[in-house]
Amino acid sequence: MKDIIYRSHILICTGTGCTSSGAKKMRIALEDELAERNLNKEVKIIETGCHGFCEKGPIVVVYPEGVFYCEVKSEDIPELVEEHLLKGRIVERLLFKEPVTEENIPSYHDIQFYKKQERIVLSNCGKIDPENIDEYIALGGYEAVGKALSSMSQKDVIAEVKNSGLRGRGGGGFPTGLKWQFAHEAVSNKKYVICNADEGDPGAFMDRSLLEGDPHRVIEGMIIAGYAIGADEGYLYVRAEYPLAIKRLEKAISQAEDYGLLGDDLFSSGYNFKLHIKKGAGAFVCGEETALMASIEGKRGMPRPRPPYPANSGLWGKPTNINNVETYGNIPYIIKNGAEEYSKIGTENSKGTKVFALTGKINNTGLVEVPMGTTLREVIYDIGGGLGEGMKYKAVQTGGPSGGCITSEHLDLPIDYDSLLGVGAMMGSGGMVVMDDGTCMVDVARFFLNFTQSESCGKCTPCREGTKRMLEILERICEGEGEDGDIALLEDLAHHIKDTALCGLGQTAPNPVLSTLKYFRHEYEAHIFDHKCPAGVCKDLASAYLIDKETCVGCSICAKACPVDAITGTPKESYQIDDDICISCGVCASKCPVSAISQG
Amino acid sequence: MKITINNQEYQAKSGQTVLEVARENEIKIPTLCYSEHLSITGACRLCIVEIENGQLVPACATPVSEGMKIETDSEEVYEARKTVIDLLLSDHPLTCMTCEANGDCKLQDLAYEYGLEESSYGIKEAPRFEIQQENPFIVFDPDKCIICGKCVRADQELQCSMAIDFSERGFKTKVAAAFDEGLGGDESSCVFCGLCVENCPTGALKYKPAIRKGRDYDLRKERTTCPYCGVGCQLELQIKDNEVVKVASIYDKDSPNPAGEACVKGRFAYDYINHPDRLRKPLIKKDGEFVEVSWEEALNYTAERLQEIKEKDGPQALAGLSSAKCTNEENYLMQKFMRAVIGTNSVDHCARLCHASTVAGLARAFGSGAMTNSIAETADSDLFFIIGSNPTENHPVIGSMMKRALAKGTKLIVADPREIELSSWADVNIHQQPGSDVALVNAMINVIINEGLHDKEFIKERTINFDLIASTIEDYTPETAEKISGVPAEEIRKAARLYAKADRAAIYFAMGITQHKTGTDNVLALANLAMVTGNVGKKGAGVNPLRGQNNVQGACDLGALPNVYPGYQKVEDPAMQEKFAEAWGIEPDTENGLTVVEIFNEAGKDIKGIYIMGENPVLSDPDQNHIKQALEDLEFLVVQDIFMTETAEYADVVLPAASFAEKSGTFTNTERRIQLVNPAVESPGEAKPDWQIISMLASKMGYAMDYAHPAEIMAEIASLTPIYGGVYHGRLREKTLQWPCPDRRHAGTKFLHEGEFARGKGKFHPVTYLPPAEKVDADYDYIMMTGRMLYHFHTGTMTRRSAAINAQEADAYVEINCKDAKRLGIKENDRVKVTSRRGEVETYARVGDRVQPGQMFMPFHYAESPANRLTNPVLDEKAKIPELKVTAVKLEKIS
Repeated sequence: MKDIIYRSHILICTGTGCTSSGAKKMRIALEDELAERNLNKEVKIIETGCHGFCEKGPIVVVYPEGVFYCEVKSEDIPELVEEHLLKGRIVERLLFKEPVTEENIPSYHDIQFYKKQERIVLSNCGKIDPENIDEYIALGGYEAVGKALSSMSQKDVIAEVKNSGLRGRGGGGFPTGLKWQFAHEAVSNKKYVICNADEGDPGAFMDRSLLEGDPHRVIEGMIIAGYAIGADEGYLYVRAEYPLAIKRLEKAISQAEDYGLLGDDLFSSGYNFKLHIKKGAGAFVCGEETALMASIEGKRGMPRPRPPYPANSGLWGKPTNINNVETYGNIPYIIKNGAEEYSKIGTENSKGTKVFALTGKINNTGLVEVPMGTTLREVIYDIGGGLGEGMKYKAVQTGGPSGGCITSEHLDLPIDYDSLLGVGAMMGSGGMVVMDDGTCMVDVARFFLNFTQSESCGKCTPCREGTKRMLEILERICEGEGEDGDIALLEDLAHHIKDTALCGLGQTAPNPVLSTLKYFRHEYEAHIFDHKCPAGVCKDLASAYLIDKETCVGCSICAKACPVDAITGTPKESYQIDDDICISCGVCASKCPVSAISQG
Repeated sequence: MKITINNQEYQAKSGQTVLEVARENEIKIPTLCYSEHLSITGACRLCIVEIENGQLVPACATPVSEGMKIETDSEEVYEARKTVIDLLLSDHPLTCMTCEANGDCKLQDLAYEYGLEESSYGIKEAPRFEIQQENPFIVFDPDKCIICGKCVRADQELQCSMAIDFSERGFKTKVAAAFDEGLGGDESSCVFCGLCVENCPTGALKYKPAIRKGRDYDLRKERTTCPYCGVGCQLELQIKDNEVVKVASIYDKDSPNPAGEACVKGRFAYDYINHPDRLRKPLIKKDGEFVEVSWEEALNYTAERLQEIKEKDGPQALAGLSSAKCTNEENYLMQKFMRAVIGTNSVDHCARLCHASTVAGLARAFGSGAMTNSIAETADSDLFFIIGSNPTENHPVIGSMMKRALAKGTKLIVADPREIELSSWADVNIHQQPGSDVALVNAMINVIINEGLHDKEFIKERTINFDLIASTIEDYTPETAEKISGVPAEEIRKAARLYAKADRAAIYFAMGITQHKTGTDNVLALANLAMVTGNVGKKGAGVNPLRGQNNVQGACDLGALPNVYPGYQKVEDPAMQEKFAEAWGIEPDTENGLTVVEIFNEAGKDIKGIYIMGENPVLSDPDQNHIKQALEDLEFLVVQDIFMTETAEYADVVLPAASFAEKSGTFTNTERRIQLVNPAVESPGEAKPDWQIISMLASKMGYAMDYAHPAEIMAEIASLTPIYGGVYHGRLREKTLQWPCPDRRHAGTKFLHEGEFARGKGKFHPVTYLPPAEKVDADYDYIMMTGRMLYHFHTGTMTRRSAAINAQEADAYVEINCKDAKRLGIKENDRVKVTSRRGEVETYARVGDRVQPGQMFMPFHYAESPANRLTNPVLDEKAKIPELKVTAVKLEKIS
């Protein structure tokens, strides 16, 4: 192939986020535009994985200048080509505008969102074409596995991982090296490694972004794990809802096979390793390792009691090492740079970085990778750009449906596995949902319980029946039917479910309730005893809106704005709200030009 | 190791769970989802106990460790368990008043124990599900289900039907069959073994025929042995008043069904016991009509007529048919009656039609005609070679055990002209032409010897005549066998290698091998194959004929055969003649008697009178028209049965007999296991156990038989029958026994020929292929096989009187390949006419691919469409078994 030297590279993010906001359409427009202007021999388009800044997608980065454009639509293309590529002028209006300073920032690295991040796992995401193995290799990819296979023993590899202090990124935080050691020590003629890519927490998408943006990194991590424990076969369990991740993994596996990086006698070491993809069918519980393995075996995805642990009896009864995507994503760095280098990052007991999915009432939604020990305040205010205008921080929910809430008093908490547990939350897979004072915490608990309840596999009694009953109690509290004693019943049930459920899903399902009860008990009490939802979220409890006859000028704006036609009256005289129809949405109050409408 | 439970120290073994140790020491820990026969699932969370640091763990799933401290009754444990029960009750209808499980419900017991009248989380007021009861056997009420999953595990791990699993998830989880269409749905693979019902701790799964027939505390319970196939399952008859209303499981590790297994027949086809058609009084045919008479009159009349023939034409003019359905004691008495009272050796029974060739073949090769190994050894085999046997339908409990082994990696070769259920599990799946077995097996031996896979050591040390077969099989290359059997040579090679390389390879066969003109040769070929590879005399291997009737093994063992006294002691051996002459005080008949088919061939000629006990040759024997004619030609026929059978219609005297549920005795199953039969109900009317009838008749004829109880008959058997020498009813009450069991201290024998064959050295017999007697021609252009199907048994006397079974499977049918059907314009359920050179039968068509093109299969259970009107009575010369498996027929659609 004759290499063409291009004068410019345009990187278009085609991660799921940017694709859904129109990256593909925009790419076609760009291609057409370049062809029309005869620039297609001068400017190369490269599709990349996720930059993490999904809020601002579709994202386009133009090199060699490294200009970072966001929210680029097809309509912007002619201007972008004309101005930037032909005239060499930056298109100011497409640049990122800092929410606080309102300053346009042309360069990637100067954006606050990226400045405080330390991207190890995500280092290639957005930078390389994930469908081209050469780009991964060009940035040092597969050097780690080469090093491991040609100069390290299995025990060396395990020691390196142990010394790095890496802990499982799926949420459990179990030391990865120790897990590998157990699987290594198990005696069997057949072993497996599994990558758990059944990312299911609402709001979490770091695994998907990594698989879409840098699939070879995960594959490399798995090969190293396979070598360390003595497995010659691996499975990537990816949920079927991630078609792009699956497509890119399939491509990556086939490229790695073509390059002899998967298959027999890797790096002439005599070590063989093959990799399969198994698509999950959308059950949250299949993220639990024993359920995941049952699913690979073709059985219904239900957890089983441990012991035996997968390291001794895993897939098809064989010793198996199972790690999360992000965990494997750390491995090449550790092997290449050494445990010492890696363990410089992070806190005493939590080394390295962690990727968080930052969502909720925050300015910069997206994926952020920060060193362990970064404070919540830094993540939310420095990287996340704080809450939206006029919103007041109430809490952040971490760890997904199994996690808990952190209130403002803990904003300066350095985040790691242990500190989060200490305040009744958990790392989980790294979901972070920021909530403002317009959020009802009982409603939040109800939301998460609804999720875990419908995702319970139904096997063990406490989870199947218990989460259902907890949800019923929460629902009646939200509906204003809560009774004296409900809080005690909830707490009692929550503790019993935690103590007796079979798997992690059930054991942690009550966490959102316990955590909100711990910090926001008064909100529960307000619902039950005062029949009030302090945040005004629970419709059945929201006070009815009233129009002050004296103030009302009869403009009829409220009646037109009402989505349920609850407001009637005579123009230029006055209007009234029908309580039976009103859903307390508050639209009328916000539209009233004379502030005549308020909650009673 | 030592562990501490509730501050008391106990010994425990590594690998045990906390629950196991607790149960061993009678420490009570409640469970709902646990069963020792099923895998651990840890679902119900009721067995939680507290370990150090206050952690709650499930006792069933927690292995013990040295020094472990466990609390089974702490406050924490109590409260947690109570919450679990409370939660279960919150979704359980409180309808104990009308619930079938009232008094036998684990949830009810626990609610009682924990004082929970209703749930703290509300009462389940409306059902969430429909009750599923569209099949005749099992009712499922998902609202009463507590999702313990025992039914699912019983189905998947024991029965291996894969009929049910959980559907939906979370609170919506329920147990469902395929596509949630119920157990009787079109796609359901349920075979109605009832294990799910047996395992259900609540009233969610119940037997439909038993609904409103009484609850647990209303029922009397009696253990007995199943009256259907040769597996010999132990069952619990549950009785209300004098009616058997339910068949539950027995869990006995020394039984053939240790986990309480059964099949649909054993579980549901019991209503014949209390059926109104049962014979209640003796009948004598007067002017062509049956008239009820007293026992006195019937016995006097019968004795007179038999005596008359005996005196007029000699004892050899009489013959007796004994019964594989009757007990050992009754079979012993029947042959004793014929030999001692009448004075003829012409006593035979339906084993002639099923495994006569097995007995003949294996006795020649090994010295004993019985199944060499035990049923439980299916778990020890590395490979099954199943040829001419359809275990999942005809020996369903063994079929399930095979599937369990297959799921764990045992290899499988299936050779059968039909695609049977196990074919789809097979590593090598062969469809040989009917009647080509010798060629196929010889070719396998050819491959094994040519590739040096034979066990030279075993052959040298344990066998004789190897050279003879080595030269014979040279002609049987896989290519030659391919021409005969239609099986690709490469498949034959694959099968041979797989079989020879397995460490413990077990052959299983049945009627597909034996019911041929070359039946004995077929069996000898299999014996050769096993000996060539050293697969005899070791656990998990052997040559295993699966016997069809509950007591066909016992009927053979106890001499209901024309050539042997009890225990296979030859009637032509003077020493034996002397032994029995002395024991019975008789002048013995010194020549072999006639076999079943020969008896009917001689009927009206040399044979003037027949005494039939519990057999129905009009349906079971080949060439029905010939049998009917034979019965008509007799001077005197006495039939002793529980129903007015097709055969009894021809009788001069019909004597009403007791069913298995009404008498004591023993059955011997296919693995030589002798098990008790116990009376559960009173016989209808004046029906009497066969042993009593024979005894009375003998006494009327001047030969005293004074037995107070079958145990006394068994004592006599033990004294005369070395292989039963140590078998007494008293011992059997403690533990079942497998013969040979020569004396009271002998523990019985799990597998035969260990170290030495019964005949000393195993003997190779060279056998050569001979084609079946009937060939297709222009008129009769299909080959028809006969056999059994899952739901019915033998001549249908019992199963076709079961309401539930008949609701499931009412009609006769013939299986036709879809290609043939298409050519003939036949569709599913069309009426068709099947004609052979001996008769014609109308039946329904079942179209599919279970049979190969050019072949047909017809079950023989149906009086209205009797397959045996068509079959060929040509006999195997050595064993006198007819060739029931190969009949040339033509097929027409009836418009």
